Amino acid sequence: MSSETVSVERVAKSYGRHEAVKSVSLALNAGETIALVGHNGAGKTTLIKLMLGLIRPSAGNVRVLGENPAAGEFAARKSLGYLPENVSFNMALTGRETLAFYARLKRAALCQVPELLDRVGLSAAMDRRVGTYSKGMRQRLGLAQALLGSPQVLLLDEPTTGLDPSLRRSFYAIIDELKSQGTTVLLSSHALTELEGKADRVIIVNRGIKIADGTIDELRHIARLPTRIRLKLADREPGTVERWISDTGRWQRVNGHMLEIDAAPEDKIQLLRRAAAEGAPVADLDLIPPTLDELYAHFLSTQDALP
Amino acid sequence: MKNILILARKEVQEALRNRWVLATTLLLAALALTLTFLGSAPTGIVAVGALDVVIVSLSSLTIFLVPLIALLISHDAIVGEKERGTMLLLLSYPVGRWQVIIGKFVGHVAILSFATLLGYGAAAAALAATGAAIDAASWWAFLSMIGASVMLGAGFIAIGYLVSALVRERGTAGGIAIGAWLLFVLIYDMGLLGVLVVDQGRNLSGGLLDTLLLLNPTDVYRLLNLGSGSAGLLSGMGGIAQSSALTPAILVAALAGWTIIPLAMATVVFSRREL
Repeated sequence: MSSETVSVERVAKSYGRHEAVKSVSLALNAGETIALVGHNGAGKTTLIKLMLGLIRPSAGNVRVLGENPAAGEFAARKSLGYLPENVSFNMALTGRETLAFYARLKRAALCQVPELLDRVGLSAAMDRRVGTYSKGMRQRLGLAQALLGSPQVLLLDEPTTGLDPSLRRSFYAIIDELKSQGTTVLLSSHALTELEGKADRVIIVNRGIKIADGTIDELRHIARLPTRIRLKLADREPGTVERWISDTGRWQRVNGHMLEIDAAPEDKIQLLRRAAAEGAPVADLDLIPPTLDELYAHFLSTQDALP
Repeated sequence: MKNILILARKEVQEALRNRWVLATTLLLAALALTLTFLGSAPTGIVAVGALDVVIVSLSSLTIFLVPLIALLISHDAIVGEKERGTMLLLLSYPVGRWQVIIGKFVGHVAILSFATLLGYGAAAAALAATGAAIDAASWWAFLSMIGASVMLGAGFIAIGYLVSALVRERGTAGGIAIGAWLLFVLIYDMGLLGVLVVDQGRNLSGGLLDTLLLLNPTDVYRLLNLGSGSAGLLSGMGGIAQSSALTPAILVAALAGWTIIPLAMATVVFSRREL
């Protein structure tokens, strides 16, 4: 059972002549982690701002937790967490004061403040001015404010930029925990690889249009990208290999003892059987599935092919 | 209401941390004390109260300084937060945009009131400590002067917000704020004086002059503080004030209008802006 927390219906947004978002529809469910992927300027931030009600759509409807976020109703915003792309704070206040201010605005319990600062690893620095923080520390403070008041919907715009690998891991651990509590988490990113294994569903936007929406497996299925099979040849007398290649077809020689083929999904098993068969001149075999970058590039290029 | 107080509290907290409050208070106190003791020297033992002299000199100081301080703290309030990116985050919270403006306004007026009360109060306290005889009417006039100074400051804070809500860059806001200060504090009066001299009282009626005076908050302030009582005699403003139909009630209302109208306009402009 999944219940819808955010729905965007045929929404368009233009700034003057520039159309940032063109008729996008999408739905986000409770307990789901969604990756919103696109180049810089593809419309990711515009979509997030629309969900926050910071801007009004030129056409279409946005509903967040049952409310129109731009209508000036603020009940839903208490259950909403947002981390902007380049988060910044007033430099004069300390981390603790800053977080306490946001907690008061959200009517969250003030005892959450030290807890959250501890969770993002800022407890040692919480009484220092934000002006002395590094970029990564500010990003963590940004994450802490987004988590105030146990949000039902988290909108995180490029959340992992500026985080080192260990913090990134603890960041995803926090996300997983929230997900198990039924929080909808939207992560935006300009690279799909970054989100491998973190997102249940991927939405790709390009030039203001949604071009793909589904799990990574579904996207792989739709894209039908070939899997690369690489063989290491066994030492045989000359000619055997050439004969075997002409039997099984389309292999390319990488060098003297390496063969490669890009196998379409339906040919893959057949090719593997042949390579693993008795008498095949093969010593070792590697399977390289298409990377997420290739998948992403594929979807972008299919849109480019459209008129 | 609670949101407004939360936002106001943060403004005050920031200003305390930035030493804004300290700097403003010290500046006002230092200038007020200087004027009090240097300014009272030439009066000697005239029949006017010592505090009345202070009121006249402090009012003249206020007209220059308080609008400047007010514009300095307010011109950055909206466009600065937008440019630094803090506004985006703030508006994603359950707060209305009008609450953001009013909250900042309450905070900034509180800072200015504190600085004025303490700075000018120090001058009056020092005067009283030297043993000068001060009657109740003078004390009352002094308190009214402080109140009017805060109102003048509030008006310029509101004007600063309007500028801040209208422009896209901080630099522009700073430039316009300086321009507004020059216009209201210097140029307007010089122009008005020039027109009066040229006109020689032929075309400009008293009613028109009153209207022209109401169109500048610093003139309203000047009339309010220097136009009546012993201060009027001392400042030479008594003449204008007597021939004018502007009662203190009208003047206070005009000063309040100079706060409410720009503040309302700033709120409307800010509410329509998209981030």
